[in-house]
Amino acid sequence: MGDNAHDGVNRRDFLMIATGAVAGVGGALSLWPFISQMSPDAAVIALASTEVDLAPLAEGQAVTIKWRGNPVIIRHRLKAEIEAAKAVKMEELKDPLARNLNAKDGDAATDQNRVVAGKEQFLIMMGVCTHLGCVPDGADGKREFAVVEGATKTGGWFCPCHGSQYDTAGRIRKGPAPQNLEVPPYKYLSDTKIQIG
Amino acid sequence: MKKIASILIAATAFVGVASSVAYAEAEKDAKSVGFSFEGPFGKFDKAQLQRGYKVYKEVCSNCHSMKYVAFRNLADKGGPGFNEEQVKALAASFKIHELNDKGEGVDRAGLASDTFPSPFATPEAAAAALGAAPPDLSLITKAREGWHGTFNQLVNGIGGPQYVYSLLTGYEKPSAEVAKEAVAGKFYNPYFASGAWISMTPPLTDGQVTFDDGAPNKVDDMAKDVAAFLTWTAEPKMEERKQTGFEVVIYLLILAGLLYALKRKVWADIH
Amino acid sequence: MSGPSKYQPTTAIGQWFHERLPIVAFAKDHALDFPTPKNLNYWYTFGGILAVMLVVQIITGIVLVMHYTPHTDLAFSSVEHIMRDVNYGWMLRYLHMNGASMFFVAVYIHMFRGMYYGSYKAPREVLWMIGVIIYLVMMATAFMGYVLPWGQMSFWGAKVITNLFSAIPFIGPDVTTWLWGGYSVDNPTLNRFFSLHYLLPFVLAGIVILHIWALHVVGNNNPTGISVKSDKDTVPFHPYYTIKDGFAIVAFLVVYALFVFYGPNYMGDAVNYVPANPLSTPAHIKPEWYYLPFYAILRSIPNKLLGVIAMFSSILILLVLPWLDTSRVRSGKYRPIFKLEFWIFCIVCVALGFIGSKPPEGSYVIWGQILTVYYFAHFIILLPLMGLLEQPKAAPNSISEDVLAHSANKMMAAK
Repeated sequence: MGDNAHDGVNRRDFLMIATGAVAGVGGALSLWPFISQMSPDAAVIALASTEVDLAPLAEGQAVTIKWRGNPVIIRHRLKAEIEAAKAVKMEELKDPLARNLNAKDGDAATDQNRVVAGKEQFLIMMGVCTHLGCVPDGADGKREFAVVEGATKTGGWFCPCHGSQYDTAGRIRKGPAPQNLEVPPYKYLSDTKIQIG
Repeated sequence: MKKIASILIAATAFVGVASSVAYAEAEKDAKSVGFSFEGPFGKFDKAQLQRGYKVYKEVCSNCHSMKYVAFRNLADKGGPGFNEEQVKALAASFKIHELNDKGEGVDRAGLASDTFPSPFATPEAAAAALGAAPPDLSLITKAREGWHGTFNQLVNGIGGPQYVYSLLTGYEKPSAEVAKEAVAGKFYNPYFASGAWISMTPPLTDGQVTFDDGAPNKVDDMAKDVAAFLTWTAEPKMEERKQTGFEVVIYLLILAGLLYALKRKVWADIH
Repeated sequence: MSGPSKYQPTTAIGQWFHERLPIVAFAKDHALDFPTPKNLNYWYTFGGILAVMLVVQIITGIVLVMHYTPHTDLAFSSVEHIMRDVNYGWMLRYLHMNGASMFFVAVYIHMFRGMYYGSYKAPREVLWMIGVIIYLVMMATAFMGYVLPWGQMSFWGAKVITNLFSAIPFIGPDVTTWLWGGYSVDNPTLNRFFSLHYLLPFVLAGIVILHIWALHVVGNNNPTGISVKSDKDTVPFHPYYTIKDGFAIVAFLVVYALFVFYGPNYMGDAVNYVPANPLSTPAHIKPEWYYLPFYAILRSIPNKLLGVIAMFSSILILLVLPWLDTSRVRSGKYRPIFKLEFWIFCIVCVALGFIGSKPPEGSYVIWGQILTVYYFAHFIILLPLMGLLEQPKAAPNSISEDVLAHSANKMMAAK
């Protein structure tokens, strides 16, 4: 009689623990869909690509287009800006890496690593300041950008939010931003057309 | 308890008998035709889905839009199983009409991320061109019932795919009596959900679409294939749903068993 | 609730907290130790099932709203977006859609259980009335929820039901315009239904708390209808009813899962997969199954205003049920005439539901009218009369006696 009672209690404990464990596992697993549904859905992930025709972009002109919800700056650089960018020594740079998604991770931030060979007049980069995400203003000849290090009168960028300064290759030179402006994945479909993404 | 059971059985029988009297809007219930995806363990036949896609592309897409389906979905798991390259090519074979930067309408080749374009700019344009606006086909197999009846539908499903198949193979020559009520510009089809006269010209003829795998292409075959394809467009997650269902139900049955055993143990001293 | 809490905090921190917010004591008293009659059968598990379903609907609803757009141009597509693109969106949508139906399955069983065992009788009248209010709020919530996908049935169901308000004398048409926010069901209507559909479940949660509070003041009824007389009649809620309810909830979830994963559109209407078209009425407009009996009652009366009054009365009459039943015996178990009438009433309700699903033609019309008359007769004539005229069977003296008698019977039968 006593043995039966003990067995009963032991079996009840085991059953309690087993049931609790199974219920717990099920409960935890059932949480997953509720967490996952907040991740980017298939429509967002579907690589949205944008094609841009560069032919209408004259020398010294820049255009900002939207790609995946963010601004992309495309500038048809003047010779002077390209030369200024090439003249910069790597030691002067705050961020030594190219930050070009078309290149290898560890590439240095030389001007040629920021553009496509043979097309170095076109600088294509994300218009998202690497500090906290504002859109940097481009020099357009209408404002004096002489204070911007690495900038010429017509080239370079200045972020109005907290004063980050980017040179004519979009590299961070002064101010709180930690990294160079990112170059998104893109390729030339023809001599004058690119596809971003 | 016995009394409860007998009364419930009577009620059930009453409802069952009454609901087998169909008040079909269509003159006839859909034909009973089998599909590989039916039943709790059913799966799509990928080859059939690809043939069905071809039928849609070559025949149906001239009038019917499929706006909730994106080209990229054709490569998704549980679907026709096209690969990325094929999807890109498929997409490019469609023209997408858009406004360019200057606000002018231009055509461009489709991308995988696009949805199937509509052959007409608006439903009104479609109705003007064809007499009636052809419905979008993305959800057609969920939007139509093949038959009615509470128990009929519980056991045999709602019959959407069968409806599509029956409609496509259901064009008949009406009897002389019925032909008297003929509506100009319409065709007699007793399977049509809105009454027996349909504006759609019989869309399929034998041998109309040739399949790469040499599969049979009589009207009956093409109708089955496109009905299966349209079931996928309406329910792209069907295989995942049934698979997950199996896992969930087994898990719940195990948990229920454990809880019942626990309940018996806990209540042993009371009973 | 009887007596002070028997909870004694075991730690110093526990004591400190208990003096400021005795929530642990509260939980122990009401969820763990609460003395519950020991003879509750499985019909009594549906309250717990309902609580779980409310939580399920709220959680699935909140995540669905993260992806839904309440605008007539975008609503239908946003639901398709959920079904196709959102991770597990198809599952969340089917859970919410079938969860609503399962919620009503459970609430009907819960209500009919109360009617059979006399759980609405003194001292539980307020408990019952709060329940009727919960039922009304559920109906409003489900009605508005069904409009949100903006399919053909969403639109036309909304149009038909909101048009009912125009039957109110003098102010009817103005009330309807005010409800619509326009001259027909359109975007303003959809937007406000969305807002209210999000709001009401939380109102419901509050009313449910009142419902459980009212229950705990008077204590649970039980199948014998005999009140609790001593400790021998009860067991603590935990572990006896936590485990029993747990089992019942999981069994219910099995049925729920079978619908969600293997027949997700069975209880719905195919025509709601056609986007709403204000210019084209579907062949057969009908509400979801849980409204069908009331729809039948509405259509049975050829007069617009009287039909609306009849429909609302058929629900509101439940509020006065405690006073319509004159029997001094609580449980239907010992009332043979009442028992028979109860089952007839059940069949009548199911039959009314069937009529509601059919077009109002032919013999369906007269049957609908007969059944409507019977429905009201049950409450207004039969219940009062039965209580006065019937001879109830002998009831046991106490719950514990009844339980012992049953165990004795079982042992005798086993021999």
